[in-house]
Amino acid sequence: MKNKKSINIFKRAAFVILSAVMLSSFVPLLCAGAADVTINVYNWGEYIDQNLLTQFEEENPGIKVNYTTFDSNESMYSKIISGAANYDIVVPSDYMISKMINEDLLAELDFDNIPNYKYIGDVYKNLAFDPDNKYSVPYFWGTTVIMYNSKYVSEDDVKDKSVNLLWNEKYSGKILMFDNPRDAFGIALKKLGYSMNSSNPSEWDEAAEELKRQKPLVQAYVMDAIFDKMESEEAYIAPYYAGDALTISDENPDIKFYIPVDGSNMFFDSMCILKSSEHKTEAEKFINFMCDPQVSAVNSEEVGYATANTEALNYLDPELTENKLIYPESDFLKNYTEVFKNLPAPIQAVESQLWTNLKIESSTDGGETASGAGWIQIFCVVSLVLIVLFVILRGISNQRKKKLWRKPADGKKEVYRQL
Amino acid sequence: MNDSVKMRKAMTAPYTVWMAVFVVVPIALVVYFSFTNVGGKFTLDNIKAIGEFRGTYLISIELAFVATVICLILAYPIAYSISRMKDERRQQTMIMLIMLPMWMNFLIRTYAWMTLIEDTGLINTFIKWFLHLFGYEFEGFSMINTQGAIILGMVYNFLPYMVLPIYTVLTKIDESVIEAGRDLGASGRKIFTMIILPQSAPGIISGITMVFVPAVSTFIISKLLGGGMTYLIGDIIENYFLGNAGEVNYNVGAALSLVLMILILISMGIMNRFDKETGEEAGGII
Repeated sequence: MKNKKSINIFKRAAFVILSAVMLSSFVPLLCAGAADVTINVYNWGEYIDQNLLTQFEEENPGIKVNYTTFDSNESMYSKIISGAANYDIVVPSDYMISKMINEDLLAELDFDNIPNYKYIGDVYKNLAFDPDNKYSVPYFWGTTVIMYNSKYVSEDDVKDKSVNLLWNEKYSGKILMFDNPRDAFGIALKKLGYSMNSSNPSEWDEAAEELKRQKPLVQAYVMDAIFDKMESEEAYIAPYYAGDALTISDENPDIKFYIPVDGSNMFFDSMCILKSSEHKTEAEKFINFMCDPQVSAVNSEEVGYATANTEALNYLDPELTENKLIYPESDFLKNYTEVFKNLPAPIQAVESQLWTNLKIESSTDGGETASGAGWIQIFCVVSLVLIVLFVILRGISNQRKKKLWRKPADGKKEVYRQL
Repeated sequence: MNDSVKMRKAMTAPYTVWMAVFVVVPIALVVYFSFTNVGGKFTLDNIKAIGEFRGTYLISIELAFVATVICLILAYPIAYSISRMKDERRQQTMIMLIMLPMWMNFLIRTYAWMTLIEDTGLINTFIKWFLHLFGYEFEGFSMINTQGAIILGMVYNFLPYMVLPIYTVLTKIDESVIEAGRDLGASGRKIFTMIILPQSAPGIISGITMVFVPAVSTFIISKLLGGGMTYLIGDIIENYFLGNAGEVNYNVGAALSLVLMILILISMGIMNRFDKETGEEAGGII
């Protein structure tokens, strides 16, 4: 009896301590709520040095940063227009910025609050997607490259630095491809010698044919999983963004990459503030912080992308700034790269249609998957037949049982005989 | 109206509000979007557009069906043997072990399978190493990015949903009924088909729905384990809502999910009939 009581007391004490611990975890939240402003930053995945967020919060007491990530311009855009979430700063790419400007989603920036804007190089200002540079401040820029694992891919196949490597049957099943239509079609259009911003539907059709032809050779359509699959040598060839390619080749030195001479995409990711933002001044403070040359250098070092902050170049490791794959010559950029433009709505519909068709076609043809689908169909049919048989048999036996109930006299014999 | 009725009504109020806000309104929105165009005018075009996804619906249903059957084959014997254990504490431990993987995040578990079944993954590496010891060279199985891998992911993730309801009904079967059957001279097979199976039918039915419904509408398993090579209907719906294929179109996306809902409802209706035929006590779904 006494023993039981002591256990009870112990339990109660444990309960009190536990609830105290749980409650105390709310205390900082409550205190913070009173004076602090929280700005919501929505950026690409693996695209910032997380320590900088802490540094910003330390330098600006009273401002908290709530940092979330997305993995494609399109998913970011659909989240914004759904109105489901409240963001202050977003980091879209070029074509998406012009689309968002057209749709009146972005706020005009007050550059008096962003004095560090002066460090941004002149070539990165007033770009086509934001001609008067009213809405955006460049974050990073880069190009789309093709990675290959030099352990498995022979030098002969890469010496012409062409996108055709992605269509090389020798490496069937070891090729990865972009799982987003804009980048995938961009590559196919360039392969055919067309513009990535083509507004001719028949050119898009041809590009779709190219992608269909490539499909049996493709191991998987992936985005962020490219990191894992290339580093572990699950796949040998993949197109991806230059900064990430650099990170991957740091992890696995066998992986090399080149900018395809058929033409490549040059992209700018810029910081913008949404019109719906309630803390515009604080958000501008954050943008200003990110434009600080030293901060920008640290950030660039971490993510591997090229910075638009010319002052920051002085703080960067020369090995990085002299890497022609990350900072190509401006002549090369002019001749071999193209910046995405916002596609007109009818072309967007064509793109969407073609991409969906490409993706659903896999289920019906293609060598390996077809044989895989074969046994699945057999399994389905066999188990369906079994189920139907079972139902029929049960029906018959149920009816027999009912008959037995009706004639209890001879039914008894019947039951014994059955058993 | 007396107090206890009033009390009962008051207690259901929070749930009624919950259902209205989070179930009825979303379904109404899905129906609204399915029958309107971008401008909000009535149209049947979205429903017509679904025709081209016939193949995708078929594949989704096929894979979910196979996964459900495999789950049933795996889950029934397990649930049966656990429910027949004499020691109650051991039963609880076993059930906890089945629940254990669900304590981890669904995505992490699926990612883990990726590293297991890749060409250079753990399973293949081990087999290659093992055969190498005996002097054989082996290419390795290609498992990932196939439809088989998607089925594997479905079975692995949804198996507990099949075990639990079956286990619950099996524990409720009165042991004395089985003993009575045995006393009357029924064989083991007879006892199973005439006593245990009919009485566990409600559990099987709810297990099947709890596996089939999430499996048929999944999109992340096909993306991670199928490598984006096989599109399921869930992937297409996701694309239309997120605009991953280029354009955001809530209307077609809503129409697609409406048709999926109807298909699921029809199959549940068929299951319900099946339930009434087999089990004497018709159990509700889920």
